[in-house]
Amino acid sequence: MISANLPILHVIIPLIGAPLGLLFSRSPTGAWLLALIISWFTLADSLALLLIVSGGEVVSYEIGDWAAPWGIEYRVDMLAAYVIVIVSGIGAVTMLYARQSVEAEIPRDRIYLFYTMYLLTLSGLLGIATTGDTFNLFVFLEISSLSTYVMVSLGAERRALTAAFRYLVLGTLGATFYVIGVGLMYQMTGTLNMADLVNRLPEVAETRTILAAVAFLTVGIGLKLGLFPVHVWLPNAYTYAPSVVTAFLAATATKVAVYVLVRIYYTLFKGGVFETLPVDEILLALSLVAIVAMSAVAIFQTNVKRLLAYSSVAQIGYMLIGISLVTITGLTAGILHLFNHALMKGALFLALGCVFFRIRSVNVDDMAGLGKAMPWTMAAFVTGGLSLIGIPLTVGFVSKWYLILASLEKEWWPLAAVILFSSLLAVIYMWRVIEVAYFRERPAGAATIGEAPLAMLVPMWVLVGANVYFGIDTDLTVGTARAAATFLMGG
Amino acid sequence: MNRHSILRVVAKLMIPYILLFALYVQFHGDFGPGGGFQAGVIFAAAFILYALIFGIENGRKVMPAWVNRILLAGGVLLYSFVGVAGIFLGSEFLDYNVLGPTPVAGQHYGILLVELGVGLTVSSTMIAIFYVFAGQDI
Repeated sequence: MISANLPILHVIIPLIGAPLGLLFSRSPTGAWLLALIISWFTLADSLALLLIVSGGEVVSYEIGDWAAPWGIEYRVDMLAAYVIVIVSGIGAVTMLYARQSVEAEIPRDRIYLFYTMYLLTLSGLLGIATTGDTFNLFVFLEISSLSTYVMVSLGAERRALTAAFRYLVLGTLGATFYVIGVGLMYQMTGTLNMADLVNRLPEVAETRTILAAVAFLTVGIGLKLGLFPVHVWLPNAYTYAPSVVTAFLAATATKVAVYVLVRIYYTLFKGGVFETLPVDEILLALSLVAIVAMSAVAIFQTNVKRLLAYSSVAQIGYMLIGISLVTITGLTAGILHLFNHALMKGALFLALGCVFFRIRSVNVDDMAGLGKAMPWTMAAFVTGGLSLIGIPLTVGFVSKWYLILASLEKEWWPLAAVILFSSLLAVIYMWRVIEVAYFRERPAGAATIGEAPLAMLVPMWVLVGANVYFGIDTDLTVGTARAAATFLMGG
Repeated sequence: MNRHSILRVVAKLMIPYILLFALYVQFHGDFGPGGGFQAGVIFAAAFILYALIFGIENGRKVMPAWVNRILLAGGVLLYSFVGVAGIFLGSEFLDYNVLGPTPVAGQHYGILLVELGVGLTVSSTMIAIFYVFAGQDI
């Protein structure tokens, strides 16, 4: 019974958990425990799914026993399972970390609301990656987005409200564009099922309606994933959201949106979209600007969370560069960076959560002397930073290696040079924080502070450890990413 | 609102019929136009009209926050438990065929319960939104 329903359990268990939490576990600890158990259950479920599909098999599940393409089909292939594992894995680790951080940052009477919203977001993000139906994807996109806006607005500062509202306006715009794109495709093909669309789209691929659909889908999903220059919601949302929310969102929400873009280009249109519309060139150009300009903007930030938020926009640029190269190596690099960036940004934002837990600020200047006061937290931050820069033996290096390999394969030397240059910019903005934390003394008279509690340090170091482990043993990540890329390119 | 006797009388006359019509739309949804969403909105409209005419405090007495919250979560739970029942009866999520003695009866029970869940959640969400905007906590 369990095994046959694997493709749906990880979506409906958090969906059921959300109202249950609202009804029965009003106490912060109870709500946390429920969210924790459900998160680990979804991780177990997704790992089982990954095991099943790793042989190249595609798992299909027909909801309500209605046969596709009439009913809603859930379809898990290698890429979907890989993204599902990223989301549920990050969810499981951040929930382990969340209890004390959330109690310190969110008013006590709203904590159960936070966990309810978290479970809805989890369900939505996992649903997006699982479903094989373009309209059902829109529904999950809305479930995850609406609950995300609420989570962002729970931030301690009042500015969290405006950040959430701006995210709401732009996010809704993105979702609307997506659904217009789906509507245009439906108009030409009469189907919403992805597997069915694959067969029907080639006939009409040249029509103006489908070209408009591609444009709407690209802009809509671009808004969701923080594509430069429509990323403007992202820095504020990441800065003012509670630490746990930032860590979870930075590591999952934008990744899932990138996944949707890959699905549209490579599954629905089988890469043929690049012949009818120059979306690959547009994405490449925008991403190049993103990785340089956004890294440069990050250098001048005083709030470290905002600094990392701009860095996220730049990092999303790396993924899009990989995707827009339209080669197996390029796609491998893009898909690989989904996972690797989730690990590094997850670790970095969790480290910032520990910093905020102790000093109630994440401004660069307030972090003076933290290298001595919070050695484990800052060591985690440094390791995450090294990974972000792309130092060998970390996951960041593996991503950049494959990205540069892909650009050299195409003999695009300038592209490789720009990627290296933007890595140097990452050195600068990470160094600013590290310098203050290690080489400046804590101001005289400042309260003495200790290390963050063990319950926060352990999950953070799990992610840091994963940064190093997957930087050395790349078989699993690169193997899965390459298999997924080969499958998508039809090889 | 004490002075507006016409509004008060008309509202009192209309509210039962609004509720009745909502129930009709709810339970007739599987034979004709209608369904949980529309019924939920109409049902909530009766409560909102009451609160508008007789004041927020009186409205709160009719639909206390804790009842509203239970209905809000309960509707989603009802929907998902119907879905999960399909799994426990050996079929797929949301497969109604296995819910009754025959597939047709099963489909009938399934859609009735699922739409009831939708109706409950939609109406309590509408009421919650109204109270939040009227300055009360949910």
